[in-house]
Amino acid sequence: MSNHSKLEKVNSAAFQNQPNVNASRSVPFMKSKKVKKAGLFALFVGPAFLAFAMIVLIPFFTGVYYAFTDWNGVTGNVSWVGLDNFKYLFTEDKQFQQSFMLTIKYTAVAIILTNIVGFGLALLISQMLKTRNILRTVFFLPNLIGGLLLGFIWQFIFIKGFESIGKLTGISLFQLPWLGDEQTAFWGIVIVSVWQGAGYIMLIYLAALQNVPQDIVEAAKIDGASRFQVLRHITMPMVAPAVTICLFLTISSSFKIFDVNLSLTNGGPFKSTEMLALNIYTEAFVNNRYGIGEAKALIFFLVVAAITVIQVSITKKKEVES
Amino acid sequence: MENKYTGRTFIVEIIAILIGLVFLVPFYYVISNSLKTFADILTNTSALPSVLQWQNYVQAFERLDYLRVFTNSLIITVGSNVVLIIFCSMAAYMLVRTKKKISNIIFMTFVAAMVIPFQSIMIPLIKTAGNLGLLNSMWGLVIMYLGFGSGMTIFLYHGFIKGIPVELEEAAIIDGCSPFGVFWRIVFPLLKPITVTVMILNSLWIWNDYLLPSLVLQDPALRTIPLATFFFFGQYTKQWELALAGLVLSIIPLVIFFFSMQKHIIKGITSGSIK
Repeated sequence: MSNHSKLEKVNSAAFQNQPNVNASRSVPFMKSKKVKKAGLFALFVGPAFLAFAMIVLIPFFTGVYYAFTDWNGVTGNVSWVGLDNFKYLFTEDKQFQQSFMLTIKYTAVAIILTNIVGFGLALLISQMLKTRNILRTVFFLPNLIGGLLLGFIWQFIFIKGFESIGKLTGISLFQLPWLGDEQTAFWGIVIVSVWQGAGYIMLIYLAALQNVPQDIVEAAKIDGASRFQVLRHITMPMVAPAVTICLFLTISSSFKIFDVNLSLTNGGPFKSTEMLALNIYTEAFVNNRYGIGEAKALIFFLVVAAITVIQVSITKKKEVES
Repeated sequence: MENKYTGRTFIVEIIAILIGLVFLVPFYYVISNSLKTFADILTNTSALPSVLQWQNYVQAFERLDYLRVFTNSLIITVGSNVVLIIFCSMAAYMLVRTKKKISNIIFMTFVAAMVIPFQSIMIPLIKTAGNLGLLNSMWGLVIMYLGFGSGMTIFLYHGFIKGIPVELEEAAIIDGCSPFGVFWRIVFPLLKPITVTVMILNSLWIWNDYLLPSLVLQDPALRTIPLATFFFFGQYTKQWELALAGLVLSIIPLVIFFFSMQKHIIKGITSGSIK
């Protein structure tokens, strides 16, 4: 009933407005309506855009400019040095080069392991287990806690926990000085980030696995397909889009790692585990060399942006194909 | 995937539980050792505490200034959520409903800027924030979170609002409802599912964020939980019992938040990631 009367109102109102549009009087009316609309637009979009421009856009573009200067933040005069900062980074700054290579190595290892573990956990949880809900919570739990706290938790595990497990079991792996050695400290960071990231990736794979139509799986089984064949030829292709999403999620989060790096090893021992984000931070806020820090940040941005552009183009292509 | 609980499922279940226990081991170590004396930690790291040392928690609670840092974290997280939800839902709504080129340009700018990593912004941001009076102020930090969170938040709202039919709003306008009234009384209540997702994603990010608050809030009285934990852990690394009790105190609010909103969190995270 009320719907009906509303509709009538709409109709009658529309008809009443009709003659106004054609009348000559309506020109100033239209104009003020336009101004009103623009004002409304500014009122709705303005606050968010203003904060966004002030906090993100302007600092980003001034940052790009500073990458080509010798700005140190203390003295007032900032002079243009062209590509000197970049030349310095690629020829002299060994720490930067090492951090860069280390971050790439870490990213490669972390995405493979996080995705394998995450997918494996999703496969487990997707079975009709009695404890599946509890297990899902357990696997996801580390993801909830910020990287900083996780790094501290594992600092204790690597220093005291492993030592104790090593004594109890005699396994030499646990008796290594995990955070005190270049190689094992790197793997320490990998372990913590896989522990943190796998549960998140698991949730996405789980959602994809639940969308695999069961009748196809049943049909394949009746036709005599083995479990592995079902996984290889039905499940895997069906979750392929989720794989793309997860790969890129882990690439960009691994490449930007900072919190775990800071709290677990703080780049140590002897700066051997200092990843790119931490290296930029140190350059800027410890060494106070803003110009060089900005040059690093610009390279960092370009890599992240390139990853994202590739990601978007691949997912778009996939959408077209399907 | 299986419909029957077979012997094979049972074996899988055992394996899954064992992996689950491995995932929980770090929590076991941290919690059990946070209740031991220092000597006990050194000699019996893996064992359960013989006598529960609750005073570790009392001390950590006081030295962390826990009530204050918890309140700071809460104010910042809630404040940022409120401004993000209000201004970004409004902006996204207007950008969807105004079919002009400018809407598209603004929206694409928000989305494209999501690519920019924080490290590429932080140096000029912190340098100019000082001039704008945004340093050492919780409200300054809230404004920064509005800036940083707006891309993702507008993106999520934008996608959701596109699916809402415009007819309802037109009827309300003709009934004499003001544009603000239309948005807040008619559109905003319809956005509830995405508002919950936005709130969860932003809360987890802001609550756990360390780097931005560490650069903005230099005054110890303004420290958030991650900041206070950072300084506390650095100060007491030789006193594990206090460091660990402080660590557990920092984790508790997150765990409570998670268990009270588990369903929404898991749904929000899966829908938020698949853009």
